Amino acid sequence: MTSKNKWLSTPYVLWSVMFIIIPLGMIFYYGLTDKTGAFTLDNITAIATAEHAKALWLSLLLSLISTLICFLLAYPLAMILSNMKVNQHSFIILIFILPMWMNFLLRTLAWQTLLEKSGVINSVLNLLHLPNINIINTPYAIILGMVYNFLPFMVLPLYNVLSKIDENVLDASKDLGAGNVYTFVRIILPLSIPGIISGITMVFVPALTTFVISTLLGGSKILLIGNVIEQEFTQASNWHLGSGLSIVLMIFIILNMIASAVFDKDGEGATL
Amino acid sequence: MKSTAKNIYTALIFLFLYAPIATLMVLSFNASKTRSKWGGFTFKWYSSLFRNDEILEALGNTLLIAFVSALVATVIGTIACVAMNSMKRRSRTVLMGITNIPMLNAEIVTGISLMLLFISMGLRFGLGTILLSHITFNIPYVILSIMPRMKQLNPSTYEAALDLGASHTTAFFKVVFPDLLPGILSGFLMAFTMSLDDFIITHFTKGAGIDTLSTKIYTEVKKGIKPEMYALSTLIFVTVLILLLLVNMAPAKKFRDVSERRKS
Repeated sequence: MTSKNKWLSTPYVLWSVMFIIIPLGMIFYYGLTDKTGAFTLDNITAIATAEHAKALWLSLLLSLISTLICFLLAYPLAMILSNMKVNQHSFIILIFILPMWMNFLLRTLAWQTLLEKSGVINSVLNLLHLPNINIINTPYAIILGMVYNFLPFMVLPLYNVLSKIDENVLDASKDLGAGNVYTFVRIILPLSIPGIISGITMVFVPALTTFVISTLLGGSKILLIGNVIEQEFTQASNWHLGSGLSIVLMIFIILNMIASAVFDKDGEGATL
Repeated sequence: MKSTAKNIYTALIFLFLYAPIATLMVLSFNASKTRSKWGGFTFKWYSSLFRNDEILEALGNTLLIAFVSALVATVIGTIACVAMNSMKRRSRTVLMGITNIPMLNAEIVTGISLMLLFISMGLRFGLGTILLSHITFNIPYVILSIMPRMKQLNPSTYEAALDLGASHTTAFFKVVFPDLLPGILSGFLMAFTMSLDDFIITHFTKGAGIDTLSTKIYTEVKKGIKPEMYALSTLIFVTVLILLLLVNMAPAKKFRDVSERRKS
């Protein structure tokens, strides 16, 4: 198309500079200065204080566990779904996006009703004479909330790459004498790596940075790094400290971005 | 045997995904005001919902923000896609990289970065700041759903239209636009959904005095959610379910037929 079209990018370029680049610059500005505007690293090193380090460590732990659980649950599911009939593609995506139309705060809150001491799940367990589970207001409930909220973001990229694998490749592998396990390890798994990376990114980042799930399911006693940052902005009003901690958080996000750029060069795994 | 195991597994995952939704629907018919006790079946929350001005106002704000932000994002995103298609490889890579930032970055970071921007600009927090933020995080969804179609376009058809005497604008709207339309529509729908479901970014950019459904629910968490909220979300969910089933059955099939015919 013509070079005249190039000017059409102006509105978007301006928009992204104004609302993506400059705001990120603001975080760095606030994070690297103190209240008088002088340069300081105190807001960054504040992560090492016992309270903040504990929150970051817990966030990392819970989000890594949730990402792993999401992966283990989603991979078999994506394989099952991708083996279904091809013309159901849009329907399968639909059933994973559909829950988003019910507010996610309400959906997460509903787990309170399900998990409570005298909640739905325990009532069912009682009927079956099974031991009760008491995980509400513990880190386990937060993991459950993370897995519940972010599972679709793992399933969709995996489903996307798996359903694109040419069946002839699988047939060829079997014709050449490979068993199911060997075909999976040597063909399916390597071909699905872009989807795996994209899924991990889309689960790990929101899980690492959430403050809502921990507020709703962890009681108010368990603080994740997201809670600490949120409080600095809404209650303590120490934007400098909040920005400094956000910069620390962004280091993990950037590491994740680099990993996905290395493994997923053509953005194949990107869904939605 | 093997397929039974597969079916059970799939069913369990969907039970997991839809159990909270079923719970909320049941709660919307619960006569007792607390969510932990079943007090009998009632429709009263559905009728009191329409007399609850606060909730209705929050609903109005939510829908307005979702519609306007999705619309603006779709226009900017579509134009950006057309522009990026004729860019040099390197500048396109840079711009796509920037586009990916709001998607890959944490929502809390996006939220506070925009909040800091609006404060330094001296903007009054309210509907306007929410709209600006929602447009910002919606544009990437639009671009990512149009870009794959853009790449599939055959540039010869556009040139043929020009050779046959069409102006650039006519050629675009008659030749390129129809091919992009499914991507544009799904981008709009995606943006609308994302805006509707957003809490975190709205939380940081809304200011006092205005509420969307999400922020209203969040403030109600401590006091206990009003049962009308369950009724409303049940209504929204069922409406969307019906609409999507209808849409998915009719035009989606038509688009597919058309694109298949084009391919052959």
